Amino acid sequence: MSKQINVALIGNPNTGKTSVFNALTGLNQKVGNYPGITVDKKEGICKLSRGVKAHILDLPGTYSLNASSLDENVVIELLLNKNDKNYPDVAVIVSDVENLKRNLLLFTQIKDLKIPTILAINMADRMSRKGISLDIELLEKELKTKITLVSTRKNEGITDLKALIENYKTLSTEPCLDTSTIDTEYFNSLKQAFPNQDLYKLWVVISQDANFGKIDRNELDFSKFKTKSKSELKRLQQKETIKRYQFINGVLKEGQTIDVTKAKGLRAQFDRVLTHKVWGYVIFFVILLTIFQAIYDWATVPMDFIDSSFASLADWIKVTFSGGGKLTNLIAEGVVAGIGGIVIFIPQIAFLFLFIAVLEESGYMSRVVFLMDRIMRRFGLSGKSIVPLISGTACAIPAIMATRNIENWKERLITILVTPFTTCSARLPVYLIIIALVIPEGRFLGLSYQALTLMLLYLIGFGMAVFSAYILDKILKTNRKTFFVIEMPSYKVPLLKNVILTVIEKTKTFVFEAGRIILAISIVLWILASYGPGKEFNNAETIVEQTYPELQGEQLENKVASYKLEHSFIGIVGKTIEPAIRPLGYDWKIGIGLVTSFAAREVFVGTLATIYSVGSALDDDDKTIKNRMANEVHDNGKKVFTLASGISLLLFYAFAMQCMSTLAIVKRETNSWKWPMIQLFGMSLIAYIVALIAFQILK
Amino acid sequence: MSLTIADLKKGEKAIIVDSSSEDIPLKLLEMGCLPGNIVELLQVAPFHDPIYLNINDSYLAIRKETAALILIDIINE
Ligand SMILES: Nc1nc2c(ncn2[C@@H]2O[C@H](COP(=O)(O)OP(=O)(O)OP(=O)(O)O)[C@@H](O)[C@H]2O)c(=O)[nH]1
Ligand SMILES: [Mg+2]
Repeated sequence: MSKQINVALIGNPNTGKTSVFNALTGLNQKVGNYPGITVDKKEGICKLSRGVKAHILDLPGTYSLNASSLDENVVIELLLNKNDKNYPDVAVIVSDVENLKRNLLLFTQIKDLKIPTILAINMADRMSRKGISLDIELLEKELKTKITLVSTRKNEGITDLKALIENYKTLSTEPCLDTSTIDTEYFNSLKQAFPNQDLYKLWVVISQDANFGKIDRNELDFSKFKTKSKSELKRLQQKETIKRYQFINGVLKEGQTIDVTKAKGLRAQFDRVLTHKVWGYVIFFVILLTIFQAIYDWATVPMDFIDSSFASLADWIKVTFSGGGKLTNLIAEGVVAGIGGIVIFIPQIAFLFLFIAVLEESGYMSRVVFLMDRIMRRFGLSGKSIVPLISGTACAIPAIMATRNIENWKERLITILVTPFTTCSARLPVYLIIIALVIPEGRFLGLSYQALTLMLLYLIGFGMAVFSAYILDKILKTNRKTFFVIEMPSYKVPLLKNVILTVIEKTKTFVFEAGRIILAISIVLWILASYGPGKEFNNAETIVEQTYPELQGEQLENKVASYKLEHSFIGIVGKTIEPAIRPLGYDWKIGIGLVTSFAAREVFVGTLATIYSVGSALDDDDKTIKNRMANEVHDNGKKVFTLASGISLLLFYAFAMQCMSTLAIVKRETNSWKWPMIQLFGMSLIAYIVALIAFQILK
Repeated sequence: MSLTIADLKKGEKAIIVDSSSEDIPLKLLEMGCLPGNIVELLQVAPFHDPIYLNINDSYLAIRKETAALILIDIINE
């Protein structure tokens, strides 16, 4: 097999690198009109002609070779390490035709590293409406490279790009300009001290901001070399930047013409409203309201359908395979009930992902960052924290990854710590079923009480996140300077294909990830609930008949089933923790749900579904999970799910840290077990106390 | 007393005179915040912070404290 060509896609944030990646590889990585969608490396394979393959690497966006946040650092580390297995044979600089000037800064830096470089000028479809025309031939000559105009939206230029990649060996590796003239003396002494090293690479390593440039300096021993002070270095970097822009301006003066009279754009008109001091906030609030109304109201039709379908499926299995004994029961009561508990939430979760995708693709997200920065700063957060906090409503895991573009470590850490308070989609199943049980139907100003309760829960989660950020801001000390720069992308009509793909991908992942855990847990649960130690479990029939001689037929069966459950393995676990959760208004069955939920919250509904279907002999109108829960009673005949216990449960789930995957990701992102442990114990303690207070007041 | 970007009013344009203060993040310079370039104030958030600018054809938002470090000459039209 011939060697693969290593290709790295590099460029400023939001220039369409991932779109180009998807076009080259046929994969579907997430695309979004917000700087910082990609925060880690992604790999794919692209087939070129004659059996040659290219290994394509999609990277986070960066403005230059000086990292100022973690995601940018990924790129610099790769480019400075020739031994990295992904070190590019050829770099494709993806740039935005609307802002070539700034994009070329990074381009000239990469050229200085003597990596063969192709310039892919993306978004070519926008040239005519912006009145831009380019003299490609001249630009190729001046920039000493090959250029291709690309439009991933129109699928243009990708074939040309492939051809250029294939012939990468013919590309010039000559730098565009000589940077050493910014301080000839200094660069000469550098050259003398490290004769075998590439001069520009040395300079990049030396000038790297210590906060992020964790680049391994070991191979270079700077101890015997007199380096400059931090401010001297900074001055030199500034000089370098000015010099590069002089060169770029010179090139573009000849190679680019912009006819301003032809330039059309709705940026100003949209911004006037969307970032307005008053309307901006009103619109943001209305958008949020719409999302909740959609999740709650519009999704109920498909949900009811799914719920009853699964109930009939379980029934059908029981009837059809009635000869199957225990196995039939396992499938009908354990597996189907458990899976049904998660499939039912697909409509809502898809809605949520849909809205988030549209907000990101349109370019609106950056405007929200702008509106919220000042407010968020009061609480020790950054305006950029709003994006993790919003996308945390889908799932905390990508949200925590999304904090990587926050420049300031303290603001980033606080954002990571408080993000799990936002209402993620895994809480949704729990909320929805409990709200449906305990909150009355009815409407207020056209919005249903149930939708309002849901909205309130989101607000509580968000409020708790912000409040604990405030506390953490007071506790955590740091002397690092904060700064904040965010690009405001131009507005784009969301590409339907991108949006749909994102929604499908994410929903699929959610269902399969959650489905796996739920499947495993429901099987284990079912076994633990169907077997038990001792004579109480095994002689349940006799004992019940003796204690309640008056019971007959179905009633007797029910009593036996629940007696058995109580004395099964899982029943014993539930009974053991019951004293601790009684004050919160829960019985031992809910207790079992709480225990399993520490693996992942969404397991709760499935667990209860399994437990209640094991614990009762079915009759016809008792089939759906919701009905079973509604009919649950305590020993004294009082209903288990009342307003008090329901609210208490809702609050417990709002605050408790019940997600192993999130803890794992926090460990990875903060590089220590300290922070995830603080989250686990801190959040769960808060949950317990709040739920306790709520139940004691309401009962 | 010299003017800074923080003194700009909505819709005003200016030429950057000096951006060499050490506390200005390099990223901002790389985005084009350099002497000689034009800056326009497009929108302001409440309390004039952060502010939304067009610097050298880049659209970006920065905080007031950073804006106050960049010296300018206002262009009168
Ligand atoms: N009009 C137009 N828009 C495009 C084109 N290519 C990408 N876009 C849009 O540009 C935005 C950014 O695309 P991405 O592919 O996510 O950009 P990226 O460079 O990977 O961004 P980061 O990962 O955040 O650095 C998306 O909204 C795309 O739909 C194009 O050729 N034309
Ligand atoms: Mg990307």
